[in-house]
Amino acid sequence: MDGDRRAEIARVGLVTCLRGLVQAVLALAVGIPLFVMTVLSIAFIPLGVGVFLAPASLSALRSFANIQRMWAAEWSGVPVPLPYRPEPANAHNPFRRLWWMLSDPATWRDLLWLVVNMPVGLALGLLPACLLVYGVEGMFVAPWLGQITAYGWGPFWPLEAWGIVGVVAPVALGALLTAVSLPVGPWILKGHALVAQALLSPARTALAERVRELTETRTETVDASAAELRRIERDLHDGAQARLVALSMNIGLAEQLMKQDPEAAQELLAEARSASGQALTELRDLVRGIHPPVLAERGLDGAVRALALSLPLPVEVGVDVPGRAEAPVESAAYFAVAEMLANVVKHSGAGRAWVRIEHTGDRLRMIVGDDGAGGADPASGSGMRGIERRLAAFDGTMAVTSPSGGPTVVTMELPCALSSPKTSPSSGTG
Amino acid sequence: MRVVIAEDLALLRDGLIRLLQAFGFEVVEAVDNGPSLLRALTTHRPDVAVVDVRLPPTFTDEGLRAALEARKQVPGLPVLVLSQHVEQLYARELLSDSTGGIGYLLKDRVSDVSQFVDAVRRVADGGTALDPDVVAQLLTRHAREEPLQRLTPREREVLGLMAEGRSNAAIASAMFVTEKAVSKHTNNIFSKLGLPPSEDDNRRVLAVLTYLGMA
Repeated sequence: MDGDRRAEIARVGLVTCLRGLVQAVLALAVGIPLFVMTVLSIAFIPLGVGVFLAPASLSALRSFANIQRMWAAEWSGVPVPLPYRPEPANAHNPFRRLWWMLSDPATWRDLLWLVVNMPVGLALGLLPACLLVYGVEGMFVAPWLGQITAYGWGPFWPLEAWGIVGVVAPVALGALLTAVSLPVGPWILKGHALVAQALLSPARTALAERVRELTETRTETVDASAAELRRIERDLHDGAQARLVALSMNIGLAEQLMKQDPEAAQELLAEARSASGQALTELRDLVRGIHPPVLAERGLDGAVRALALSLPLPVEVGVDVPGRAEAPVESAAYFAVAEMLANVVKHSGAGRAWVRIEHTGDRLRMIVGDDGAGGADPASGSGMRGIERRLAAFDGTMAVTSPSGGPTVVTMELPCALSSPKTSPSSGTG
Repeated sequence: MRVVIAEDLALLRDGLIRLLQAFGFEVVEAVDNGPSLLRALTTHRPDVAVVDVRLPPTFTDEGLRAALEARKQVPGLPVLVLSQHVEQLYARELLSDSTGGIGYLLKDRVSDVSQFVDAVRRVADGGTALDPDVVAQLLTRHAREEPLQRLTPREREVLGLMAEGRSNAAIASAMFVTEKAVSKHTNNIFSKLGLPPSEDDNRRVLAVLTYLGMA
């Protein structure tokens, strides 16, 4: 059992030495020509020929890096996931293929690894074999060969001047070095694999950061929508639902009284009608809070104009959005603008306000400004915090400039694509 | 009086038909979508149309668009638009051609049957019926302005009822005062706002709405 384990360690140690040697040789024998070829072919792109050479040499570089990835996983148990962007559908076009490869940061990290791997791969690749060879040399060669001939290499042995100690010490130390080098070899190889992992994996930091951010915004969004549902449930339960119960009670009672006391019945029916009116008003307000009907009917443009018209101060609205955003994005954008305008009405003391909404590149930008007192602090108001959260769920951002004395300008951005433009009736409203 | 009704919910459509028939209207056609509405309006040319804003096939503002388009083809065609929600934006679009014969009410208002029928008749006569909610928003918006501040609360109340499109007689009965008292108020309002006096109800309403930046 114990012997088996020792034999296994020795076997793995020897295999490791061979693997290290292969890597060391490849680090230079393949690394140097590949590096030169890649750099030259990229440099030749302006000359035209590089357009065809660069994808070829970059493919070779990827294959070489892939071999390293495979070895790191198989030999050292260090997983190195593929970092490359998926090949586009039109990759047979050499220019698109070139752009696909050159625009991928993984390509440049591959190249960096190639350079780093030349010294590192050489050193770490040779080390296990060197340790073993040196130990074996100490045990079997140095003590005896030193007696026969002038034996010049090695800093430790032979220890000629030390007499018998000079013979025993190399044997003992060599045996120790050999015994240690076999189990240590795989660790050295693993060190090499870790270097490869650091450079050949997908850029971890950005990815991890993104995951953290998504987790955070998702939690906030889930919490916010749960609270929102709870509020809607309570509003329905205490409001419209309760009124409808009272309503049906009144109608039932009126039905009973119809013959005996028509006047009382009429009174009850009048009461029922007013209760139904209140229930409808409450439902309407609730619906507005969930998804304003005018937003569904006219999109962001019409909804913001309609909103502006209903506010007690003049609001200038300019919208340049050729098409409609996805419904959830549109809704987030609308509520962000609505909340900002509500803030203007409540806090700013402004005489007028303005809203600009435009779509440039792949971002929807909403700017809300007023000529009020300024001094708005996004950190203090729960309203602004709520908007930030709503926007963050769509990777949106918000920036506030509000010096004391005004004016206040809030810029909000949401990444979004637009669907095809929808025709709307020309209207003289503004 | 010949009426076209556009409402996609069968329950409400039947209710409207029954209600209007009970008050002596002749329902020439009741449709449930935008394209049929436009066709019905331009072929029947009814005395008045009662139209829901949201209709199939898009379930957006199909009814409103059809009504506006029909009024482009048949200028002054009286249309009373009903909706679950009222928007100043839509009111402006409806009133923008300043030809009258426009109504814009919350569906809730149907429950006050006599007022609703009165509004339908008013619109059919080329008058205006604007929802109190729209008028209230309109007045709030202009409340800070100087000429409106000079009105007494009573006068402001009359102004609101006028903006809804009501005649002096209707305002008088709503406020439990005599018509004479109302006409005194209206004269005061017109002189304070600097509007030319007018005996014609419709023209008077449009003058008020224009003043409030609506028409």
